[in-house]
Amino acid sequence: MMKDEQQIKSQGQDVCPGKKSQLKLEDVRAEIEKTSGPQYWRSLEELAGTPEFQEMLHREFPKGASEWLDSVSRRGFLRLMGASMALAGMTGCTKLPLEPIVPYVRQPEEVVPGRPMFYATAMTLSGYASPLLVESHLGRPTKVEGNPEHPASLGGTDVFAQASLLDLYDPDRSQTVTHLGDIRSWDRFVDGIRGPLTAQKALSGAGIRILTPTISSPTLAAQIKSLLSAYPQAKWHVYEPINRDNVIAGSQMAFGQPVETQYRLEGANVILSLDADFLYGGFPGATRYIRDYANRRNPDANINRLYVVESTPSATGVKAEHRLPLRASEIEGFAHALAGMVGVNAGGATLEGEQQKFLAGVAKDLQGNRGASVVMAGDHQSAAVHALAHAINAALGNVGKTVVYTDTVDANPVNQTESLRELVSDMHGGKVDLLLILSGNPAYDAPVDIGFADALEKTNVGMRVHVGLHNTETAALCHWHINEAHYLEAWGDTRAYDGSVCIVQPLIQPLYAGRSALEVVAFLGGQANANGYELVRGYWQKQHTAGDFDSFWRKSVHDGFVAGTAFAPKNVAMKGGNVPATNVEPGDIEINFRRDPSIYDGRFANNGWLQELPKPLTKLTWDNAALIGPAMADRLKLKTEDMVELDVRGRKVQSPIWIQAGHPDKSITVFLGYGRTRSGRAGSEVGFDMYRARTTTGLWFTNGVQIRKLGDTYKLASTQGYQTMETPTGERPLVQAATLEKYRDEPKFAKEGEPPTALTLYQPYDYKKEAYAWGMAIDMNRCTGCNNCIVACQAENNIAVVGKEQVVKGRHMHWLRVDVYYEGDRANPSAHFQPVPCMQCENAPCEVVCPVGATVHSTEGLNDMVYNRCIGTRYCSNNCPYKVRRFNFLLFQDWETPQYKMMRNPDVSIRSRGVMEKCTYCIQRINEHRIDAERADTLVKDGTLQTACQQSCPAEAIIFGNINDPNSKVSKLKSLDRNYSLLGELNTRPRTTYLAEIRNPNPEAEG
Amino acid sequence: MAERDDALGRSAPVIEPGHTFATVTDKISSIVLTRPTSRGWFLGFGVAFALTMMMLFAISYLVVKGTGIWGINIPIGWGFAIVNFVWWIGIGHAGTLISAILLLLRQSWRNSINRFAEAMTLFAVAAAGIFPLIHTGRPWLAYWMFPYPNTMGYWPQFRSPLIWDVFAVSTYFTISLVFWFIGLVPDLATLRDRSENRFAKIIYGMLALGWRGSARHWHRYETAYLLLGGLATPLVLSVHTVVSFDFAIAIVPGWHTTIFPPYFVAGAIYSGFAMVMMLAIPIRKVYNLEDFITDRHLQNSAKVMLATGWIVAYGYGMEAFMGWYSGSSSDQFLLWNRLHGPYAPWYFALLICNIGIPQLLAFRKMRTSPLGLFLISLVVLVGMWLERFIIVVVSLHRDFLTSSWGMYYPTKWDWMTYIGTIGMFLAAIFLFVRILPMISIFEMRTLLPEAEVKE
Amino acid sequence: MTVIHSHLHPHPTYGLMAEFDSAQDLIEAANRTREAGYRKIDAYSPFPIEGMAEAIGFHKNGVPLVVLIGGIVGGLAGYLLQYWVATMAYPVNIGGKPFHSWPAFIVVTFEMTILFAGLSAVFGMLALNGLPMPYHPVFNVPRFALASKDRFFLIVFASDPKYDAAVTRQFLEGFHPRSLSEVPS
Repeated sequence: MMKDEQQIKSQGQDVCPGKKSQLKLEDVRAEIEKTSGPQYWRSLEELAGTPEFQEMLHREFPKGASEWLDSVSRRGFLRLMGASMALAGMTGCTKLPLEPIVPYVRQPEEVVPGRPMFYATAMTLSGYASPLLVESHLGRPTKVEGNPEHPASLGGTDVFAQASLLDLYDPDRSQTVTHLGDIRSWDRFVDGIRGPLTAQKALSGAGIRILTPTISSPTLAAQIKSLLSAYPQAKWHVYEPINRDNVIAGSQMAFGQPVETQYRLEGANVILSLDADFLYGGFPGATRYIRDYANRRNPDANINRLYVVESTPSATGVKAEHRLPLRASEIEGFAHALAGMVGVNAGGATLEGEQQKFLAGVAKDLQGNRGASVVMAGDHQSAAVHALAHAINAALGNVGKTVVYTDTVDANPVNQTESLRELVSDMHGGKVDLLLILSGNPAYDAPVDIGFADALEKTNVGMRVHVGLHNTETAALCHWHINEAHYLEAWGDTRAYDGSVCIVQPLIQPLYAGRSALEVVAFLGGQANANGYELVRGYWQKQHTAGDFDSFWRKSVHDGFVAGTAFAPKNVAMKGGNVPATNVEPGDIEINFRRDPSIYDGRFANNGWLQELPKPLTKLTWDNAALIGPAMADRLKLKTEDMVELDVRGRKVQSPIWIQAGHPDKSITVFLGYGRTRSGRAGSEVGFDMYRARTTTGLWFTNGVQIRKLGDTYKLASTQGYQTMETPTGERPLVQAATLEKYRDEPKFAKEGEPPTALTLYQPYDYKKEAYAWGMAIDMNRCTGCNNCIVACQAENNIAVVGKEQVVKGRHMHWLRVDVYYEGDRANPSAHFQPVPCMQCENAPCEVVCPVGATVHSTEGLNDMVYNRCIGTRYCSNNCPYKVRRFNFLLFQDWETPQYKMMRNPDVSIRSRGVMEKCTYCIQRINEHRIDAERADTLVKDGTLQTACQQSCPAEAIIFGNINDPNSKVSKLKSLDRNYSLLGELNTRPRTTYLAEIRNPNPEAEG
Repeated sequence: MAERDDALGRSAPVIEPGHTFATVTDKISSIVLTRPTSRGWFLGFGVAFALTMMMLFAISYLVVKGTGIWGINIPIGWGFAIVNFVWWIGIGHAGTLISAILLLLRQSWRNSINRFAEAMTLFAVAAAGIFPLIHTGRPWLAYWMFPYPNTMGYWPQFRSPLIWDVFAVSTYFTISLVFWFIGLVPDLATLRDRSENRFAKIIYGMLALGWRGSARHWHRYETAYLLLGGLATPLVLSVHTVVSFDFAIAIVPGWHTTIFPPYFVAGAIYSGFAMVMMLAIPIRKVYNLEDFITDRHLQNSAKVMLATGWIVAYGYGMEAFMGWYSGSSSDQFLLWNRLHGPYAPWYFALLICNIGIPQLLAFRKMRTSPLGLFLISLVVLVGMWLERFIIVVVSLHRDFLTSSWGMYYPTKWDWMTYIGTIGMFLAAIFLFVRILPMISIFEMRTLLPEAEVKE
Repeated sequence: MTVIHSHLHPHPTYGLMAEFDSAQDLIEAANRTREAGYRKIDAYSPFPIEGMAEAIGFHKNGVPLVVLIGGIVGGLAGYLLQYWVATMAYPVNIGGKPFHSWPAFIVVTFEMTILFAGLSAVFGMLALNGLPMPYHPVFNVPRFALASKDRFFLIVFASDPKYDAAVTRQFLEGFHPRSLSEVPS
């Protein structure tokens, strides 16, 4: 209740304070919840009619909010919010940082208008860095790309890094220092904290507590340590909702010390994943692992084999040759059994039937590949499973070859759950006077049984300071909130999964004069107005005593990382002895808590790109759902979109159901990060908050779940309603796939059904006479469905976010989508990912039917879309067999919000209402390179010109280039036997072709 | 003429005996000139006008917000707008058919219904014309479809069936308009000479172009009228053929079929005659014109409907057969989807409306019962609308890539626009019967025995 | 002398008009008038009468030729426009189709043919008939209003060389018309 008031207060205070009897967002939500499926949005609209609601709107959104009362313009209303919330001082012009920042040398040293500059920097997610190159137009960061020089990226990224750009320009970002919700200046904060600090000096900091997320930054760690030395009694607590406690505990169990486990997949013929989703962003090192995995997917060379045992279907799982769905708690048993079979002295349990067959197959395969195999365990699996994985790898002689142990990237590898629990008990014990929360949002995402939010509210901590990008649930419960600087605005350093240090280089002065965590800590440590640049540089100056520091610094900043800082492999001895089985309380139905594939732990909830990013398997957007298997659904008479109440040992949450093929029976998977109350226009009141049922005992999974059907339904926005190639009148060969054997017998199997290209009535257009003929080849053997290409395309091409209502109607705007098709038994299917950009057909059906010639063919074979000539008949889309065209049914683009104006790619025009749009093969990049080549009087060099999707792809599954050049990579790929055209029988002659998927199953593990 | 009728075993005459030039003239022109405007007329017109206003509101909102207010999406890029367009165009076929083709076939019974059939055609085509205009994403630029060098000196893309539509529909409208007006001129002269009201006299006088019935004029007039009929006949057949190209030219399964042109034309005549019946039956009752619009007319129209209905049925059969016979998975699926997919109830409703119920017309009793005819015509009109819905929506919503299948749900704006056009159509009809002779007076005169001259 | 006189002073009347009850009477009267040597005559009826034109000696009719020319012009215009646009004015590769995609150009060509032919039929007819013509001397005869209802009129124009007020009146009275009136010019 008090929480509610605080929210309303801090949300509305600067508009019209002291309003009585206000309608609360919670009530609104409750109201909407009652209504079912199709009525959902209509009810929202009716609701909008009630006076209280309007009143609330006006409270929340100063300007133009009244214009929202209209069924279609939910987005319009979002835009209005943006416009009214952007600060008055927020203008289109920007400043480069004052300090010397170093551009990437492949670009000219000085800024040339229209010429982007690239700067190396890095983004940190739960302590692990993604090394990046960020494109900057006249001082405005516009596109995030991976740093090709860095081994952890090799040019690839994950979706979170791609989308982090939108966070920088998020108009809902916290823009000022606030005290009890009122705007204050930094100096007022300085005054405010002086007293408490001096008081603590006397107590040698006994009352000071610092709560941080996982920190890998050497400089920040050093700063905190020096702060702690200034206040010896102060304590440093660490908490992340997506923490690696089990990993640490596992290595403690195995080696008696915390170590980081790295994998060398390029050397692995056989990979066994025990619930490790290592081919999707968020898994430490995923970007690199995807590349190594993909490099081993060449069926003509050394194709590897992947086994996955998992508790919920994942992108990794469906790529596996052999996949065994097990409930999370059963995986430990499997690990034990496997350990026994590969000669680890562990209480080797035994399995039955399918499982036993699978186990036998894996065990044999692993032993047949000693030193060339990998067993990995997922972060959410028990410590025992990790310990067993270590033991098995050791037994297989993989250690030092495909598995490497190093120091931890985490600067303070403690058990984070315990650390937070300790902090809370100190708060209750009245031992805490000054609490500093450095980013993170524990009031929202801490385990409920720890009761952090309550402690924050109820206990008398004299001064609570929150530093963060957003004014979050946690900030609302603190006295002071300091608006943090985004990583693209601040100096810092961080570590990649391999331990190498990346220098975080800002590309732009803080938009809202935010401060980095580093600067705040330094300030508390007594360095008044210390600035990040000096802190980082200073730290490294101390480290780098030998040689010329300036050139070292310049090189490090330029490259984006400090050479030679990657951790050296570490020899760790197995403690030996049996790995104790974790005792599981009896209970029927299990529940898994997983980070969301799109919005992670909730920190990206306000990121429209990620909210609208279809999740790899469900293709859900703007929501989370409770995943259950088909068998369980039949048993409980549940259908997708049925609302249920999940009772997790007394803690009740509600959620819609999603029936997920391949999900283990008697098990439910829910995703964290939704149901935020103070996230912003995109993230607030979206989805269902599953943290409310997450406890320290069941951090990742627990059993004893009661599931109750509520009777009503809830509309879910999935971008792919029908997820198989099976139709009642036969299967459609959309994705050509075969086993290695079949491929060897019949290499051209993918080409059947394609008409002879010579078969035509009239002389086809001759593209050979041109210098270039652009084409693309997509290798579905490499694609792991990581979704990067979608976000990269969205960022590169200024693609609009349309909101849930429009996605439900089928009007999402992604130019590139990744279709997923399930195959086989619903209980345990395999699946194929198929990225679908525009096919750029040579005989484009869309062009012939356009009455105004708004889509025509270029001499280089591109299917060009001329926006300003389009009148929007949508005939082209109807006639496009690939349905890659996207139409601006309404004014989807945000033309008001100033931040977005700065974010957009100036080389790509913003589409307005009523025109068709689609993938252009990144024509702006093509033109840039063609012009450069013409200037130099050469041809565009193969590989230098990359489309956004191709550039971002960690698997190098998308290859683009000039098919008139027989030596170009794309020409070579297209000449392979596996190459085929989607719907080739229509004779559209697509320029985008696919390489058929080849799997390498183990006959002995066949289910 | 009488003998010929008997020879062909036709019972009812096309005009009841006992009429003279004077009575025919009086009876028809009095409706416009002397008869007081009934309360019923005002009521009916009021309702129709209100619906028209509703349509204008819906369209204004559309222009302000965008086509997103409709139910369309990707993959279903065309919804109600195109369905209604094709439906109205189809209805618009009866008029010209009656006045042109029956003229060439010397079917003199047409004389009493061609006038308002033509008017009906004009209004229907006008209603149809609204949709291609407003269904575009940027209606204010729809004129770029006309043949002139638009943005950057680029001309329309003449390979697109939509451009063919522009030419076909506008030609059809123009020709129908002049055809109708030319037919009116002699009757306007009659009204000019007979109206007491000075204002009316002037207006009718201007419209009559000074027609005085000179033998020379009549001679050229008849030649021109006959030639127009000869030109309008291939035109009317071409218009729905071209409309069917919108679908047949595309590669969408369910659209890409060669059977479309003939069966679209048949369907058009089918629905066109249904609409003529729905207008003729109440009109002849209200203005007691049973003498001129006799059971003979109802029967003949019913027979035309029956015949065209069979052609349409054949079309459905062929479509289904080809779907199966093609061996193409997507075509076979289309057939399956119509029968078992989410829109299956609509498909069965269509079969009942267009093939089932109209077979009642095979019974003479039904053909001679005005009420029965009226109801069957209503059913046929609904059925023909459903046919277009099935063709447009059900073909689009599940095409080649299973990943991109979708569903279509019309919104209140879709319905408001559709019903609005019906209102506009009726409003126009109401005005027409009130201010113009709804039956061609001079052609009725020629049907009287006195008109015969012996050499 | 009188001849010259007659030339200097045109006749005050436009013609003599006889009114009949039936088409039969009119057509017979017209035939006999023509046989009597009158050439500048005309007949007015409320509906077209078979053989009337022959009766007043009107044969040649330009409408078909006008329509033919209109049709040819329209068709050529339609095809040439498309040909010129697609191959000369702004040739673009549309879906890999040849610039001169003649099958696709047929529809517009056809529609243009019909449009032009139809319009020339209408306007050609009106033009040849000299319409619109709001004023015409015959309207000065009050009873002529019945020409659009149920009466039939025969007129001998005063411009006819054989015309003589007295003689012609006598000649027309021979048909026992319902009325006979002099049409003032």
